Amino acid sequence: MARITAGVGSSHVPLLGVAVDQGKTRDDYFGPIFAGYDWTREWEKAEKPDVVVLVYNDHASAFDANIIPTFAIGCGENYKPADEGWGPRPVPDVEGHADLAWHIAQSLILDDFDMTIINEMDVDHGLTVPLSMMFGQPEKWPCKVIPLAVNVVTYPVPSGNRCWALGEAIKRAVESFPEDLNVQIWGTGGMSHQLQGPRAGLLNREWDNRFMDLLIGDSQDARHIPHIEYLRETGSEGIEMVMWLIMRGALGRETRVLHRHYHIPCSNTAIGHLVLEPVE
Amino acid sequence: MNGPTDIHAYLAEFEDIPGTRVYTAARARQGYHLNQFSMSLMKPENRERWKADERAYLDQWPLSEEQKQAVLARDYNRLLDLGGNIYFLSKIFSTDGIPFAEACSTMTDMTFPEYRQMMLDGGRSPEGNRSIKGGY
Repeated sequence: MARITAGVGSSHVPLLGVAVDQGKTRDDYFGPIFAGYDWTREWEKAEKPDVVVLVYNDHASAFDANIIPTFAIGCGENYKPADEGWGPRPVPDVEGHADLAWHIAQSLILDDFDMTIINEMDVDHGLTVPLSMMFGQPEKWPCKVIPLAVNVVTYPVPSGNRCWALGEAIKRAVESFPEDLNVQIWGTGGMSHQLQGPRAGLLNREWDNRFMDLLIGDSQDARHIPHIEYLRETGSEGIEMVMWLIMRGALGRETRVLHRHYHIPCSNTAIGHLVLEPVE
Repeated sequence: MNGPTDIHAYLAEFEDIPGTRVYTAARARQGYHLNQFSMSLMKPENRERWKADERAYLDQWPLSEEQKQAVLARDYNRLLDLGGNIYFLSKIFSTDGIPFAEACSTMTDMTFPEYRQMMLDGGRSPEGNRSIKGGY
């Protein structure tokens, strides 16, 4: 039986990808950010997940303004890094797990989540930056990846409660897959940031850390945080944190924290990182 | 807790956030072609045509004259008001070779060095920046 063994939360700021690709990860600016991921890179080497369900958002790369799926699951065999306007990142192609992805897609639809199914797409920094943060610069990514793209751009975006419930349904779906697979779920994006308007540059250390606190243990309070609170407290792009709730929901009733990191700033954004495991 | 949401109250609250344009359906409708134009700059051949003659390239898209002028002026706050979304608009400043943080600074009352320093010092405080009506 497949099982979800851990959850990872992480920001996915594009500049982190630039730092990796240009070899700047240990300079004065980026050093403190990347040091907070050293523990996780070692831990991932020991954990050796077979598959990561990677929850992220597309930033006007695979999806344009035409079609806006609320929840989309990649069921393809592989995905290329997207050209986001300055050429694709020099990272390996991402290998999918089509069998498990199709199984999850079918299970979710039967469980009342009306998923959009994607067979072919390019994946942007939202997906490839977390892979770089957790795995460094291998020749080939060490696991298969199921992209799960969430609309967090055009309002209304899904509620925190809906995201959490989707995570719960993903857990049920994974656990009904007959093959013995070590599956992790990653929730990416955030933390506080605002990339637009006269209020650009807003960061909120206290709120971000309270949010991370809420994902540890058996509290379900985070699922009821309304959109307006993310917007007021964490900036217009802080809403990406609802994607962490999909990860949290998939870990079951209670979690234990294995690793935690927070750093301000990375460009316009607060970096948050959390490694959780389910408490059975 | 999670009963039906009143869509009017939900949307009205978005107008109470200082210095922020939430990308609502109304903005997505208004800015559809503006955002699709921006998206087109992801293709190298389009970037070349754009750089060769910005106005001629813009004229191939069904944008309002106001939108075209705001694009030519790189007035990002105006573009947000006219339905642009920052992730789409980012294709314009990426084509200009301008980093995200610098483009953000042009929407504030700061120079780029001032903005960068604010970020290094911990970013803009939410204090007084959460609500127009509430002033908190």
